[in-house]
Amino acid sequence: MSDTLLSVKDLKVYFDIPSGDLLGRHPLKLKAVDGVSFDIEAGETLGVVGESGCGKSTLGRAILQLIPPTDGNVVFLGQELTKLNKRKLRAVRQDFQIVFQDPLASLNPRMTIGDIIAEPLQSFFPNMSKRERKAKVQDMMDKVGLLPQMINRYPHEFSGGQCQRIGIARAMILQPKLIICDEPVSALDVSIQAQIINLLKDLQKEFGLSLIFISHDLSVVRHISHRVLVLYLGNVMEIADRTALYEQPRHPYTQALISAAPIPDPSLERSKSRLMIEGDLPSPIDPPSGCVFRTRCPKAQEKCARDIPKLTDDAAHGGHFVACHFPD
Amino acid sequence: MTSILSIRDLSVRFSTPEGEVKAVSDVSLDINKGECLGIVGESGSGKSQLFISIMGLLADNGQVDGTAKFQGDDLLKLPRRKLNKIRGDRMSMIFQDPMTCLTPHLTIAKQLTEVLKFHKGASEANARKRALELLDMVRIPEAANRIDMYPHEFSGGMRQRVMIAMGLLCEPELLIADEPSTALDVTVQAQIIDLLNELKRETGTAIIMITHDLGVVAGICDRVNVMYAGQFVETGTVQEIFYDPQHPYTRGLLGSMPRLDQIRDEHLTAIPGQPPNLQNLPAGCNFQERCTFAFDPCWQTDPPLEEFSPGRCKACFYQGFDNSQKGAAS
Repeated sequence: MSDTLLSVKDLKVYFDIPSGDLLGRHPLKLKAVDGVSFDIEAGETLGVVGESGCGKSTLGRAILQLIPPTDGNVVFLGQELTKLNKRKLRAVRQDFQIVFQDPLASLNPRMTIGDIIAEPLQSFFPNMSKRERKAKVQDMMDKVGLLPQMINRYPHEFSGGQCQRIGIARAMILQPKLIICDEPVSALDVSIQAQIINLLKDLQKEFGLSLIFISHDLSVVRHISHRVLVLYLGNVMEIADRTALYEQPRHPYTQALISAAPIPDPSLERSKSRLMIEGDLPSPIDPPSGCVFRTRCPKAQEKCARDIPKLTDDAAHGGHFVACHFPD
Repeated sequence: MTSILSIRDLSVRFSTPEGEVKAVSDVSLDINKGECLGIVGESGSGKSQLFISIMGLLADNGQVDGTAKFQGDDLLKLPRRKLNKIRGDRMSMIFQDPMTCLTPHLTIAKQLTEVLKFHKGASEANARKRALELLDMVRIPEAANRIDMYPHEFSGGMRQRVMIAMGLLCEPELLIADEPSTALDVTVQAQIIDLLNELKRETGTAIIMITHDLGVVAGICDRVNVMYAGQFVETGTVQEIFYDPQHPYTRGLLGSMPRLDQIRDEHLTAIPGQPPNLQNLPAGCNFQERCTFAFDPCWQTDPPLEEFSPGRCKACFYQGFDNSQKGAAS
């Protein structure tokens, strides 16, 4: 496929944590991301869902090389990012950006929003004239729904939703090909959340952007994504087109997640059947053998403790990949 | 139906260096035994402060007016000593953040038995037995082993369940739950909601559910009050609010929610703009600046909350909403 923008192969991120050994020998390995693979095409949105601690934020950061991956490949526009030196990586970074969860904390309080949005231009195009830079910044402010005359204000003068627009303008100013959105709307009120989701969709249409949309909110992910990846304890459980994933989930974990998410409709919400999963997330330091989900899985059998299920699709479910020995 | 809590014309004001902020303006409500009332609103709408004020937990710069009759006693006028007898016993509150609401240096056993010793004069042994029963009820696995642990040894979902157990120790007639599941993952949230539903059915405890999540409201509430900028703007049964919303803000909230069960239009019908500054409210209706239906009277007069059919109130001058088609679809 020629229009594959990003290809992630068997990506692993392990963190060393002290084992209590006084000399710091034999650190324990925390497997935050453990062998994740997927492709993204130009103009596509991939939703990444999972509960807290499943490694979804680490995955986003490892793709951008903000956290060095332990193992695996990240190929962006034909370039292997994990092997690039600092200078070359910096050049590629023009084309991918990130929007963070906490809108206010991710903006420098001492800079005007004009300077914040212009900073990427300044570092990548130091020779650009001040006037041109200002024109570009104001143009982008207009696109994300900020009044261009607010250019000299400071972040604290803006509400959460507006700060998120500033973060998006900063990510968009270099016209990147890929933006990783790490829970960009979860700190916002519902009515403001809808504004930001609409904005991201509009920008994607206008610029042909690809998005990786990381969120714990299944409803938001369904609305914005073309394809959805379900992550559990650093492993991909299922990846499929959004309609297939939400209407015919094949993995028991995906089924449990979807049945647990509340629907704002009293009759539906009260009549739907729930597939409950018991217990808490196992520790990523000592994950279960075989399938990582087996300790909470209603379908688990002996085989699940023994063999790690591979992420596969079959003839009947082309493009609908699931990592389960007994998928639906 | 007997009302167990009856709030009339309650206002909460805070004095700040920038001037007075009216967080809650003249709200009234009743809640009956065995009922779950949802209070829905976005951040800053005053939904938490309203109930923090009746629990006597308002910050020092806060002031509350009005009445809040809890089975005859006006909670706002009771001396602290008498209020302490009621809260935690006949009425209790659980908070949003399970991480910070438990004392970190006391075991769970200590924190739970203390409540029973204070309110019921229970002996250590009896208090411990009852605490264990409650931990079992909220489904803490291996409660007998865990009761002597410290809060940091519990996960977020388990800590929230401990909080709920603590709120229920004395079998309160009223439980106020302030965003009890917001900080939790969906699978844990579903467990907590099921637990509260069971509780309502089995013990007849009345529940006030303060939340911004309409999905949670749909799952548990019988009646709903929608709050905006310190006032109720619409009240009704859960069916009326979801299937026949009559206030533009309620309609906007419902339209803003992306749906898990269906793909709606490409664009969500977001509410434009942002909530007003409580220090500098617009003339007329508080919602007019964001409202697409606003017309002349909305700029001049703040619409009062008026009953337009039995049990149904709204604070809006616009009359033209017809939801018959939408109702048929679902």
